[in-house]
Amino acid sequence: MRSILKASAMALVTSAALATGAFADGHQLSGEMKIFLDTSNPAPRATFEGVIAQFDEMHPNLKIETTIIDREAYKTQIRNFLTANPPDVATWYAGNRMLPYVSTGLFDDVSDLWTGELAEELASTKAAMTIDGKQWGVPYSYYQWGVYYRKDIFDELGLSVPTNWEEEKANCQKIVDSGRKCYTIGTKFLWTAAGWFDYLNLRTNGYEFHIALTAGQESWTDDRVKKTMANWRELIDMGAFIDDHTAYSWQEAIPFLVDGQATAYLMGNFAVDPIKDAGLTDDQLDFYQFPLITEGIPMSEEAPTDTLHIPSGAANKEAARAFLKFVASPEVQTSMNASLGQLPVNNKSSVNTDDKFAKAGFEMLNKAHALAQFFDRDAPAEMAKVGMEGFQEFMVRPDNVDQILQRLEKARERIYKN
Amino acid sequence: MSTASLARSEYAPENRSWYKRNEISVTPWLFMAPAILFFLVYVIIPIFQSFEISLFSWDGLGPREYIGTENYVELWDDPAFYTSLKNNVIWLILYLLAIPAGLFIALFLNQTVFGIRLYKSLFFFPFVISQVVVGLVFTWFYDPTFGLFNTIIGWVGLGPINVLGDPTYVTYGIIAAGLWPQTAYCMILYLTGLNAVDPEQIEAARLDGAKGWKMLWYVVVPQLKPATFIAFVVTIIGALRSFDLISVMTNGGPFGESRVLSFYMFEVALSEYGFRMGYGAAIAVVLFIIMLFFISYFLYSMYKDERGR
Repeated sequence: MRSILKASAMALVTSAALATGAFADGHQLSGEMKIFLDTSNPAPRATFEGVIAQFDEMHPNLKIETTIIDREAYKTQIRNFLTANPPDVATWYAGNRMLPYVSTGLFDDVSDLWTGELAEELASTKAAMTIDGKQWGVPYSYYQWGVYYRKDIFDELGLSVPTNWEEEKANCQKIVDSGRKCYTIGTKFLWTAAGWFDYLNLRTNGYEFHIALTAGQESWTDDRVKKTMANWRELIDMGAFIDDHTAYSWQEAIPFLVDGQATAYLMGNFAVDPIKDAGLTDDQLDFYQFPLITEGIPMSEEAPTDTLHIPSGAANKEAARAFLKFVASPEVQTSMNASLGQLPVNNKSSVNTDDKFAKAGFEMLNKAHALAQFFDRDAPAEMAKVGMEGFQEFMVRPDNVDQILQRLEKARERIYKN
Repeated sequence: MSTASLARSEYAPENRSWYKRNEISVTPWLFMAPAILFFLVYVIIPIFQSFEISLFSWDGLGPREYIGTENYVELWDDPAFYTSLKNNVIWLILYLLAIPAGLFIALFLNQTVFGIRLYKSLFFFPFVISQVVVGLVFTWFYDPTFGLFNTIIGWVGLGPINVLGDPTYVTYGIIAAGLWPQTAYCMILYLTGLNAVDPEQIEAARLDGAKGWKMLWYVVVPQLKPATFIAFVVTIIGALRSFDLISVMTNGGPFGESRVLSFYMFEVALSEYGFRMGYGAAIAVVLFIIMLFFISYFLYSMYKDERGR
């Protein structure tokens, strides 16, 4: 009897203390909050679970229900749950990828969060989150793309990090001569080939052309696109890419890098975690910026931004907004991205300096002329699909280049006509 | 007139309910009602809805816009559509190999030796496991770096062939994977069919000196006609709705060369980059018409059989 009394007294005291704590935080959040996440890979999953637990602790009256969906499956499921059974918070991507949901009113306008201090802190991604002059979500992380290479093999062959296209090709020739391939890649799911196209195009023609092309304002049969393809072809003809890449996913392409059959991988920073898991150490794996191709074109980078959104059908928008603010705050951004191995979006956060890849990426992106999202986030979905299929075909049958570009041009005429 | 009313009052009470009076004709409909309802809601009405949606330009989320037959016009000179159609035809033809293969395995297994039940279940096994698993197993089998397939053809000095990454082989590679469970299915159909083969006819044929191929072709196979018919139906329909293997093994690639109509429909309407419900519906309509051709043939021959009896 006594113990029960004691326990309930304790419970009362703690709940009172927690309640005052919550009151001190502003006002109390209550009810339920449903969060849908696409962070199914181990590191992001653990990170988000940690952040949510932290938020949960701050708001004892709020019941949080988290659903983690496989990253690929999420991409097709999102439209179903947004229309049928919307959560309060959902992950998605910046840029044109959110357009279908913004234009149909499925994402809530969160411009009210983009005011005051927070807006300044997140300024670098504001453009990518803006459609029709309003903001539709809050970024939680972004990451650089670049060339991840085997430093030990480079040392063995006496190669140095290339800074321009000639050096890149010269390096590659030596690597090929040593019986290896320069780059591993798995194009089964197409988008990896778009990474190559984007970088070659950004370096050959610049960021402004990339944006105009993905926005449908430039022709695919333009000489500038042909120049990009010609540069790409130089590598293909050299035998720079691994054979049979059409059969692999990006993860399945990792072993070629790990066992030394290929020496480099053009990828996003999320690849570092699985590459290290596969057995490479920081001494063996390093990173360099994609080298300059056309003299005088300022260096722009790919930096896809991962975002959180509030569906317009959300039941608890108050809690959702508080969560978005919480995730965007400098401290949470710092700790979250340190465990993600990615870069914080908030400019008051700091990068984990123990992580040489995050550090290198942060420095590179700070110096960048402009940041592109990625081919399939800058171009509308249909164009992205047709385009990436074309890139994959080009990597296998480079002779078909004219035919492929004509097909893309035809698709462009249809897709952007509205 | 008076006799009739007299008879009724004599043999049947006037106060029988409407249901009691119509019991014989109503009951079957009552029993069928749930099935009819669900068939209407999930099959018949969606067919007409597909026809309707195929006339619109619609992303599945926002408002839709009537565009008449524009989707079909576009389909007419869409190379991806013809690739899918061509692959569908290849699927239809090669998938039928499951029928003779199933028959021969069934004949082989139709004997009484020790442990035959175990052998039968082992042969039936691929049909029991999920198509997704079949797809994964074959993906690894074909893998150009560690796959068993390339090791085997390496022994005879061939290869390596990147089956699933090469546009010329990819469809055949997937069909081979599909034939594995489909053959097992046909085998089980024939095994049950063989139980019904009349031993007296076999005996009689044997007395007349029939054996080997002639016995099979003129005596056994005609008696297996019902099993053949069902095997034919399930194989044709299986070939036309082949989707899961393609999705698992190649995702339609490389560059769309292994797509079939059902997969292409999924891709343009429902996949990651697909937001064209109208165009997808137009593909569905074309697929429906192809299927309708076979289905009406099957229904017709079933009808003929029933009447012939």
